[in-house]
Amino acid sequence: MSAGRRFRVLGGSRRLARRPWFPSLLLAFVLATAVRAEEKTLRWAADPNSNAPYGFYNSNNKLTGFECEIIRAIAKEMGRKPVFVKNDWDGLISGLGIDLYDCVIAGIEITPAKASEVLFSDPYYVTFEQFVDRRGTPPTSSLSQLAGKEIGTLGQTAALKMLEGTPGVIVKTYPQEVNAYQDVANGRLFGVLLDYPIAKYYAASNPNLQFSGPPFGQIIYGIVIKKGNTALLQEINRALAAVVASGEIRDILSKWGLWTPTVAGAFGQPEAPSLPDTEYQSFLAAHAVKPSLGARLQGYLKFWPLIVKGSLMTLQVSLVGMVLAIALGFSLAIMRVFGPWPLRWAATLYIEIIRGTPLLIQLLIIFYGLPNIGLKLSPLVAGILGLGLNYAAYEAENYRAGLLAIPRGQMEAARALGLTRAQGLRFVVIPQSFKLVLPPVTNDFISLLKDSSLVSMVTLLDLTGVYNRIATQTFDYFGTGLLIAAIYLLIGLPFVRLARWTEQHLTVDVRRPAQRSGLFALPGIRKK
Amino acid sequence: MEAPLLSVNGLFKSFDETPILQGVSLDVEKGDLVSIIGPSGCGKSTFLRCMNFLEVPDAGRISIAGVTIDCQGLEDAPPKDLSAKAHELRQHVGMVFQQFNLFPHMTVLENIMLAPRVGRNIPADEARSNGLRLLEKVGLEAFAERYPSQMSGGQQQRAAIARALAMNPQVMLYDEPTSALDPELVAEVLSVMKQLDAEGMTQIVVTHEMRFARDASDYIVFMEGGKIVEVSDEDEIFENPKDERTRRFLGRFQ
Repeated sequence: MSAGRRFRVLGGSRRLARRPWFPSLLLAFVLATAVRAEEKTLRWAADPNSNAPYGFYNSNNKLTGFECEIIRAIAKEMGRKPVFVKNDWDGLISGLGIDLYDCVIAGIEITPAKASEVLFSDPYYVTFEQFVDRRGTPPTSSLSQLAGKEIGTLGQTAALKMLEGTPGVIVKTYPQEVNAYQDVANGRLFGVLLDYPIAKYYAASNPNLQFSGPPFGQIIYGIVIKKGNTALLQEINRALAAVVASGEIRDILSKWGLWTPTVAGAFGQPEAPSLPDTEYQSFLAAHAVKPSLGARLQGYLKFWPLIVKGSLMTLQVSLVGMVLAIALGFSLAIMRVFGPWPLRWAATLYIEIIRGTPLLIQLLIIFYGLPNIGLKLSPLVAGILGLGLNYAAYEAENYRAGLLAIPRGQMEAARALGLTRAQGLRFVVIPQSFKLVLPPVTNDFISLLKDSSLVSMVTLLDLTGVYNRIATQTFDYFGTGLLIAAIYLLIGLPFVRLARWTEQHLTVDVRRPAQRSGLFALPGIRKK
Repeated sequence: MEAPLLSVNGLFKSFDETPILQGVSLDVEKGDLVSIIGPSGCGKSTFLRCMNFLEVPDAGRISIAGVTIDCQGLEDAPPKDLSAKAHELRQHVGMVFQQFNLFPHMTVLENIMLAPRVGRNIPADEARSNGLRLLEKVGLEAFAERYPSQMSGGQQQRAAIARALAMNPQVMLYDEPTSALDPELVAEVLSVMKQLDAEGMTQIVVTHEMRFARDASDYIVFMEGGKIVEVSDEDEIFENPKDERTRRFLGRFQ
């Protein structure tokens, strides 16, 4: 259903290496149906990385944002305790499907296509697309004026669809709105079309940029609820109506500077804000100051516990995943080299399929797909399993190469001594091949360590997740990137050293003769 | 009269339609040392490897120390029990390879102890003392803890002989045991084989060492074109070969 969703990337960096979807705040209401009445909770999910002003961690590391406040108000109205569940953007809707939480509030646009897949609450915000270009550019009154110009936006947004529907426009999609606006400011791009709240928070304060032209289109946000859960839908709609009627939603949106005539009209309320835009001002203030290096380093200290936690998660997932990959890969290699044809065939099929499909897709299938056939795995198990099953295919090929590299004469000698084939494998061939495969296996472990960043897709907070969290709070992508990269390096180095040490100590007596007999044995050429 | 310890009858073997062995028969009595000679590609190595089923013959019958395997029609439908039978037969046969094929990741003593420990469940103490005794026999008692890579070719081949002896074989097969050795190392290997002969071991040697064949063999088998051309007394064949082909082959060594 992802194609139909509309998501906004707010704020800053999504994962560097990943396709930027649309970061938006998914507020997930979790319906704690099993909880006793007086303790009912509302578990809501969102991806708070770079999602200002929807839902994000502010500079004090506190979760905030206008959607965040709205969902809290709704929960209060419902008499439930709001519980926040973090999920990666790409998995927000899928997580709803497997009951990780009960609802999502994340700037998701209500469209008929999506309405057939999930339930939408009544609108909690109505806005439009805002065009932004360089200061001094003549105003743009319609999108058709943009023909022949390079226009930036975020992937899979309503803005993207609008631009693609306008003949002649050269559309450029960005992972992060910050970069898009930056390119306009420095002249690389003519303009950017994005949701009004994003424009307000990321472009309005830039002296090199200007808002240009009228509101384009209309975007209606709704809370997303799992299909079929109409009881919760009605409960939420009742609470939302109360929050609107009491004026509380007007207060919230006014504080965030988002009370526009558009939304006022939609709710049938006065156009004037009811409160000063204090939250907006403090957001601007927090990001106007360029901290000194010392202050920046001090800022990182604050995140130290988070970094340690993320490192441990990365290490845990990688190590257990690698053990699984080695064990399974080894079995696959034995099956493929020595097994009867059905096993050989099965192992080959597994290896080809796993190597030929992306790890990210495999992870998503394991976590979000398997529950459809009744297999519901915890995020940690799913992450480890995804990495382990994937890398097993690569390990299998390493071992296969290692097994085939052992001269045939070794097995012949074992058989001639009256050992069985299995004994020959176990005591003669496999121990020798182990040394041969150590270097490539070490290599793969380093790869796996880095690929483990994908487990944030299944809601685990690993080192890369920590990077996103810190970078989007401090807006220091470069410094945070260096810091986290250094930690990956530090985690990987000991294993490289250990492998090198093991290799040297194992091969000192062995390497020469193995090579010699390999050279003379000419495997595959039969003696006559 | 006692049946021969080893008896091969009508052995045939082809690789990819190329006939290698074309009806080879040979009887070897207990205690004999038999040398098999012949030009390259005559099938002598394949013949030797068929004797312990490292190559499975297409047809023929092999009988060693009371274990008989009839290979008729194995090509089409190998019987389920063939590998069990071959396993049983190998328990009585030791083999030494041109390239030694010692296990490079084990010390010499571990090489020798592996098969008794794993294949026969001999207690470690017994396997060890037996291994040390065999190393002493081949003059390598000081090398027990060495790795193969730390030894000369001649020492490695002697260790390989000791390894084969550790399973108490009734027949020893040698596939060109000195061909990979520097000339000055050949003698030490041959003298071990002579010593075993003196102790009554039955040995079959595929070799290019004509001097050894002549000095040590009880008799010599000359093969060409996948057939045994001549079986003869060791002096007889060198001084008065009956067959023209034998004469031609030996003429090159004069």
